[in-house]
Amino acid sequence: MFFRTVWLVLRKDLTVEVRSREIAYTTLFFAVSCVLVFAFALVKEGRPIEDGAAGILWIAIAFAGTLALGRTFERERQAETLRALLLAPADRPAIYVGKLLGIVGLLLAAALGLVPLVALLFQAPLLDHPFWLASIVTTGTLGFSAVGTLFAAMLVRARTRDVLLPVLLYPITVPVIIAGVRATAALLEPELDLAIVRFWCALLICFDVVFVTLALWTFEPLMTD
Amino acid sequence: MSVDFDHLAVEDVSRQFGRRRALSHISFRAASGEILGLLGPNGAGKSTMMAVIATLLRPSSGRVQYGAHDGVKAGAALRAAIGVLGHDLFLYPELTAHENLEFFAGLHGARDARAAADSALASAGLADRAHDAVGSFSRGMRQRVALERALIHRPRLVLLDEPFTGLDDHSTGALVARLDGLRSQGTIVILATHDLDIADGLLDQVVFLRAGRVIESMTRPEALRSTYRAVMARPAG
Repeated sequence: MFFRTVWLVLRKDLTVEVRSREIAYTTLFFAVSCVLVFAFALVKEGRPIEDGAAGILWIAIAFAGTLALGRTFERERQAETLRALLLAPADRPAIYVGKLLGIVGLLLAAALGLVPLVALLFQAPLLDHPFWLASIVTTGTLGFSAVGTLFAAMLVRARTRDVLLPVLLYPITVPVIIAGVRATAALLEPELDLAIVRFWCALLICFDVVFVTLALWTFEPLMTD
Repeated sequence: MSVDFDHLAVEDVSRQFGRRRALSHISFRAASGEILGLLGPNGAGKSTMMAVIATLLRPSSGRVQYGAHDGVKAGAALRAAIGVLGHDLFLYPELTAHENLEFFAGLHGARDARAAADSALASAGLADRAHDAVGSFSRGMRQRVALERALIHRPRLVLLDEPFTGLDDHSTGALVARLDGLRSQGTIVILATHDLDIADGLLDQVVFLRAGRVIESMTRPEALRSTYRAVMARPAG
């Protein structure tokens, strides 16, 4: 039943998004604008600043992620469908996992567009190590979204949710973003040091395990009242 | 797996939001096959009471008993026995009527969610609009889909908050007949409404609420509108 609920919630979210394309367009547009602005500011005479690409990629993912989180739960608020989800006899952590996977999927789709753009504008060899880059982006996005999904669900009925979400989210996810930036920067070194990349990836996986476990543990009591 | 029970007992329930007391020492009981009406003006606490019975809110004090089961402890198995039609319809406007019903049937563990959705749409008289987005429906049509969503898992307890909103005469008649059907099947129905003319003769019990307190309860009231006016005209306290 747990995995069935996860699948039902994920499929529903993806169907709604395919019909409206609202979050995909706004997230991608915002992320691309962000990268373009930084490219104009940080690339002088064709020479980008060192490790700039890594930082810009993660800033764009984090900002776009915040936007996607807010919109995803705004949808559930409009017709109070979140209440219907909570009223169902399904495992509430399964509802959380379904929502989380939907957001991770959306952010990874946005990253698919962002990575080539950042590589092009910052002349960064991001695509030289596709396996490691995919691992870093996936684990980093999962860690960021794990905390974000929990907070966005908690704040869905708060009047000041748009202000509170980034205020609560960024301080807690800073370690994930820093690890993501350092791991991506390590990939951009002329001589790839796999030990460093593995270290940052392992750290990201640790963050994912801690954040997802805590969220699964706290989602039910936080959503009950 | 859902729990079964033959009565609902609300026992001395109070609910506070910060300093504001939304419900104050509410008690009533509804048995299997009864339709109980919660009547009162706006802000009387009807929706809060519904949310407490639906297990969406915990009482600050007192308790709700579903037969032998406690509302706080029974969890998912109890939720499987409750159907809720709220003031908001709990439907995704981007999805079709069939997709909405299939999704909720699946969440409630229906073995064949597709067949359950087909059957529910036939009951709503909307089989020909099954594959249209709910966002394109009129309020009355959405209300009919929402009612089927609330009933799709054949709940023992049905909570209806303003179910007649937006319905035309024909749909209202169909809903009243449906409620009669639920009563004869032994379902406990709790109904909050301002449509006193429609509710007249339909309710087995009425609980009148004002400012979060029960000011009167009665069995099978006659002339509901004039009774309501007389009860509400009483001075507070």
